[in-house]
Amino acid sequence: MVRYILGRLLSAIPTLFLIITISFFLMRVAPGGPFDLERPLEAKVMENLNKMYNLDKSLWEQYIIYMKNVLQGDFGPSFFFRDFSINELFAQSLPISIQLGLSALTLALIVGGIMGVSAAIKQNRGVDYAVMTAATLGVTIPNFVVAPCLTLFLGVYLGWLPVGGWGGGAFVNVILPVVTLALPQIAVIARLTRGSMIEALRSNHVRTARAYGLSGYTIIVVHALRGAILPVVSYMGPAAAALLTGSVVIETIFGIPGIGRYFVQGALNRDYTLVMGTVVVVACFVIIFNLIVDVLYAALDPRVRFD
Amino acid sequence: MIKALRTSALAAALIAATSLNAAAEVVYHRGNTADPETLDQHKTSTTYEANILRDLYEGLVAYSAQGKIIPGVAESWNVSEDGKVYTFKLREDAKWSNGDPVVAGDFVYSLRRILMPETGAKYAGVLYPIQNAEAINQGKLGTEELGVKAADDRTLEITLHSPTPYFLDLLGHQTGLPVHPATVEAHGSDFVKPENIVTNGPFVLKSFVPNDTIVAQKNEHYHDAENVKIDKVIFYPTEDRGAALRRFQAGELHTNNDAPVEQVPFMRENLGNQFRVAPYLGTYYYAFNHESDAVGDADVRQALSMVIDREFLADEIWGSTMVPAYSFVPEGIGNYGDPAYADWMDMDLIDREDKAIEILESKGYSESNPLQIEIRYNTSENHKNTAVAVADMWKPLGVEVTLLNTDTKTHYAHLRDRGDFDIARAGWIGDYSDPQNFLFLVESYNSGFNYARYNKPDYDALMQKAAQTVDLEERAVVLKEAETMFMRDLPFLPLMYYGSLSLVSDKVSGFEDNLMNIHPSRWVSIAE
Amino acid sequence: MSVTSAEQSSAPVMGRSLWDDARDRLLANKAAVASMVVLTVVTLLSIFGPMLSPHQFDTVYRDYVKVPASLESYPRLDQIEPGFESVAKRARMKVESYAMVDDKITATVTSRRSISEKATRYFDRSDLFEGAVISNISADKKSATVTADVQRMHFYFGTDANGRDMMTRTLIAGRVSLTIGLLATFVAITIGLLYGTTSGYFGGKVDLIMMRVVDILYSLPFIFFVIMLVVFFGRNFVLMFIAVGAVEWLDMARIVRGQTLTIKRQEYVQAAEAMGVENTGILKRHVIPNTLGPVVVYMTLLVPKVILLESFLSFLGLGVQEPMTSWGVLISEGAKNLQGAFWMLFFPALFLTSTLFALNFIGDGLRDALDPKDR
Repeated sequence: MVRYILGRLLSAIPTLFLIITISFFLMRVAPGGPFDLERPLEAKVMENLNKMYNLDKSLWEQYIIYMKNVLQGDFGPSFFFRDFSINELFAQSLPISIQLGLSALTLALIVGGIMGVSAAIKQNRGVDYAVMTAATLGVTIPNFVVAPCLTLFLGVYLGWLPVGGWGGGAFVNVILPVVTLALPQIAVIARLTRGSMIEALRSNHVRTARAYGLSGYTIIVVHALRGAILPVVSYMGPAAAALLTGSVVIETIFGIPGIGRYFVQGALNRDYTLVMGTVVVVACFVIIFNLIVDVLYAALDPRVRFD
Repeated sequence: MIKALRTSALAAALIAATSLNAAAEVVYHRGNTADPETLDQHKTSTTYEANILRDLYEGLVAYSAQGKIIPGVAESWNVSEDGKVYTFKLREDAKWSNGDPVVAGDFVYSLRRILMPETGAKYAGVLYPIQNAEAINQGKLGTEELGVKAADDRTLEITLHSPTPYFLDLLGHQTGLPVHPATVEAHGSDFVKPENIVTNGPFVLKSFVPNDTIVAQKNEHYHDAENVKIDKVIFYPTEDRGAALRRFQAGELHTNNDAPVEQVPFMRENLGNQFRVAPYLGTYYYAFNHESDAVGDADVRQALSMVIDREFLADEIWGSTMVPAYSFVPEGIGNYGDPAYADWMDMDLIDREDKAIEILESKGYSESNPLQIEIRYNTSENHKNTAVAVADMWKPLGVEVTLLNTDTKTHYAHLRDRGDFDIARAGWIGDYSDPQNFLFLVESYNSGFNYARYNKPDYDALMQKAAQTVDLEERAVVLKEAETMFMRDLPFLPLMYYGSLSLVSDKVSGFEDNLMNIHPSRWVSIAE
Repeated sequence: MSVTSAEQSSAPVMGRSLWDDARDRLLANKAAVASMVVLTVVTLLSIFGPMLSPHQFDTVYRDYVKVPASLESYPRLDQIEPGFESVAKRARMKVESYAMVDDKITATVTSRRSISEKATRYFDRSDLFEGAVISNISADKKSATVTADVQRMHFYFGTDANGRDMMTRTLIAGRVSLTIGLLATFVAITIGLLYGTTSGYFGGKVDLIMMRVVDILYSLPFIFFVIMLVVFFGRNFVLMFIAVGAVEWLDMARIVRGQTLTIKRQEYVQAAEAMGVENTGILKRHVIPNTLGPVVVYMTLLVPKVILLESFLSFLGLGVQEPMTSWGVLISEGAKNLQGAFWMLFFPALFLTSTLFALNFIGDGLRDALDPKDR
C-alpha cells in the first residue's frame, strides 16, 4: 500500500505539470487582456504595464518564467488585486474556503447518510418517500435561489442570523452558507446511500448475518453500511475537491472572502496569475482527494486491490 | 439545536451591544460596488475606487457633500489672465497621518509620479492639460519638465498647456490625490499596505481583506478632524446587488452606492426615501459602426434612433432609474447650456415611426430586402432587457435584429481591436462636469473610444476650436455646434442618461444626492 | 413504487430476456409510469404549447411589464381609464366624457389641433384597446367621439421585465432545457460509463493513466474553455453539448470506475473469466449492469446540473440567445426578481422541479427493474 501511495504521489508531478502547461496556453487564447478596460489605455502606458508584468515577452518565454517561479513556490503578482500577490491572496482565503467546505461536507455526510440509511430500511414507506422528495428538492433548487430565500426569511424577516459577511468566521455567520452549501450534497449522499444500502441489505453476507441472529444495528452499521458506503466514497472524491475550493455563488451572495470567487473573478478579468493559482489549487485537491478515496476504497473493501 | 442557536444569537447581540456602549465608537457600514483593484491612487480608474481613496486622501481641492469642488489642501488659488497658470496656497494645518506637514513638494512628487511611464497609471490622461504631461507620460520628456513647481512649502504653481476651464474639476479626480513621498520611496509598491500607508485625508487605512472588508479609522491629524463624525468606516464590496439590498434591509449596511434595478418597484414601496435615485453625469448609448454596411448611412441611423421609445426604456426596463436621452451630452452638465437635442424630439412616436419607415423605404429596404442588424452587448440582465426592447421597437420598420452577448472583457476587447460589428452597447460616465468630456469620444484621432470610427474633419475642427477658446460662453456655443453635428450624423445613438441609485438608511445624514454621485464619508453622520 | 408486486407479476417465465423482464417490471411500477406520463406531458407542452398559446414567446407588451400571474384577464378595471386618457394624450386629444359598458368605451374628445380618423392608430397600437373608431367629427374638427373595445388578455404566469408572456416563455424554454438536459446527460453518462468501466476493469497502468487524464481535465479552467469555443467557433447548439459533455462525464467516470473495482473481484466475474469469456463480454454482461444503481442515481443529479450549467454558458455567450430562452436562464432571471416579482421564478422552477421529480422516479424504477439481484 505504501508503495502504491508513493507511486501515485510521483504520478502527480507529471499530472500537475500537464495541467499547468495546458491551462497556461488555453488561457491566453481568450480575447482581451488584464489591462483592457472599458476605458482603453494610452499605448505607452499599456506598453509599460505589459513590460512590468512580462507580458511583452513571447508566450514561450513567459511560460518559462512562470514555471521557474512556480517551482520556487511563487505564483506571481495578481493583475486584478494589484496590491496583493497570489500567495497572499490564497493564504488569506484558502483557510476560509476549507473551513466552510469541511463543515458542509461533514454536515452532508452525517445528515445525508442518516437520511439515506433510514430511507433504505423503510423502503417504499412514508419515511422513504419523504426523504426522497426532500432529496430531489435539494438537488433541483439551485443554490442561487436557496441562498436568497434563506437569508430573506432567517436574516431579513426574522432577524435571527446575519444576512452576509464573514465576521472573522463567527458561528452565526457560518450557519447559512454551510447549510446552503451542504443542501445539494445532503441530497446526493442520501440518494446514493439509499440506493446502495438497498442492494447491500439484500446481499448474501447481510443475509448470513441476519441468519446468525445479529442485532439490526450491528447488521446495518457493521455489515451493510460498510459495503453501501463505497459509491458515496467514490462520489466524495470530486465532491470534496469541489466543496473545499469554494463556491462562487455562495461566496458572492453571503459576502465571504473565500477562493471560490477567484475562479470567476480571475477568468473574467483575465487575471492570468490568479487563474493559474486557482488551477493549481484545484489540481492539488483533486489529486489528493482521489488518492484518499482510492486508499479508503481498499480499506473498506478487502477485495479491491491496486496492483 | 434551536436553543443553542438562539443563545448564540443572543450572545452575539450582547457582545455587539456591549462593544457599542463601551467604546461608543461610530461605525459606518458602507456598501461599495466592488473591491478596488489597488489602493494606489495613481493606478486606479474606477468610481468605486475613488469612493475609498477620497476618504483616505485629500487633494488640492475636495468635494462637498453636494458634490461641488471646495478647497482641500489648498485653501485658496488664483488663475492667471490667460487661464494657463494656477497658483495654489496650501493650508498650514494640513498634515499626513504620521504628523508630517503636507507641503507643495508632495504634490510635485505625486504629479510627476503618476505621469512617469514606469508607474503604469491607467488614468494619467486626465492630467494631460498640464504642460508637458502628455509627452512625459509617453516617455518623450523627463518628469522634471512637468509644468508643476513648488515656489515654497505652501505655494504650488501649475502651468497648463492651454486654458482648461474644468481644470479644478480634473484635480478633484482621484488621480490628483497626493502620495506621501517618503513612504513611497521606502516601500515601493507596498506603500499601500495597512502597516505602511500614510494618508492625509479624514481617514487612514486599517485593513484590506479582498472580497471581505476595507476598514478605515478616523485620522486624528486631519485638519478638519473635529467635524468628522465617523470613527470608523467599513467598506463592503457588494457585487451582488440583490444580496446588498438584503443586507441593507437587515440593517447590516448603512448605505450602498447601488441597488438592484430589477427590484425598483419593491424598493420604492418598502424602503420609501431610503431608496434614492439621482441624475448622474453619464450616457447609455449604442455605438453605430460606420464601417458596417447596415448602419453606415446617416439617414438609416437617424431612422433607427427616431423609433426608439426612450420613455419605455427608462421607466419600464430601468424602473425610472434612467432618464430618456435625446442628446449625447447629459442635461445639467457644467460649462454648457441645454444640450443639442434631436430635432424630432417633440414629435409623437407614431409620427416618428411613419417618417422612419419612409426613410428606410427610400434607402431600398423592404420586406423582401430587410435591414439586418446585430446588437452586441456585454452580459447583464438590464443590457439584455434593453436590447430586447430596442429590437422590438425596430420590428415595425422591418428591421431584423439578432442579439449577441459576451463577457465584458471580450466585449470591449472586440471594440478596441476594431472587430466587426453593427451596433455595440457602451456607456460613458463623465470624469468631470464639462461637455468636452463627452464630445471628445468621437474625435477621429480618439482611437480608444471612437468605437463608431466616426471620421469627420469638420467635427474635429470644431473640437479644436473649442479647446482654444477661453471665454466660457463662446466655448459653449462652439461645443454645441459640435454636438448638433453629432446628433445629425449620429455616430452614437444616445438612449438614456444614467441615474445613480443608492440605498441610504434613515439613520444616515450628510449623504446627499448629487450629479457627480460623490459622497465623502467625512460629511456623513449616523444617528443611533 | 411497488417492487414487491413487480416481483410477483414477473414470476419465472422461461425464455425471457433481461430487457423484457426489466420492461415489464418498470411498467408495473406505478410511480415510474405516472412520471413517464408527466414527462411526456411536459415534453408535449414544450413542443406544442408555444404554438397553441395566444401569445408569441417574443412579443413585447409594453403596457404589461412585470404583471403578476393571474387567472383574471388584463387590463384591470382601474387600469383602463387612465390608460385611455394617456393614449388620448399621446394623440393630443383631451377626454371630455368617458363611459364604459361591457368592455366597450365611448368617449368624447377635444383637441386643439384638427382630429383625423387616422388617430385611431394610437388606440389600436396600445395593448389595452382594439377596434377603435373615430366618429362624429365636428365641423371645426376640434371634437369627436371615440369608441374602442378593451382588448382582453390573459397572463396565467404573469409577464417578464419586457412584458413578455411568461407562460409561453416557460413552455418554449423547455425545448432547450429538455434537449440539453436529457441529451447531454445521456452523452456524459455513456462516455463516463465506458471510460470508467474500462479504467476500473483493466486496472494497473491503464487505470493510472486513464484516471490522471480525468484529473487533468477536471482541473482545467472551464470558463476559458468556453470562451475559447465561443471565440473560435461562434455560437452554435452543438458546441453547447461539447462544452457540457466535456466536463460532466468526469464525475461519472470516477464513480463507475470505483464500482468496477469492487465488481471485478466478485465471484461471478471471476467465474466468467475462468470460463474464458472475453473482456468485452464480461464488461457488457456483468460489470456495466451492476454499476447501474449509482449511475441512475447520478443521472438524476446530472440533469438539473446540466440544465443550470446551460444558463452559465449563456452568460458567457455560448448558450441560448435572446429572445430564445431556457429554464436555467429564466430561473436565474427569476432569482434576481425574488422580491417583487416572484412569479418570474416560481413557474419556470415549478416546471423544472416537476420534470426532475419525474426523472427521479423513472430513474429509481429503472434501477429497480434492471437490478440483476431482483430477478
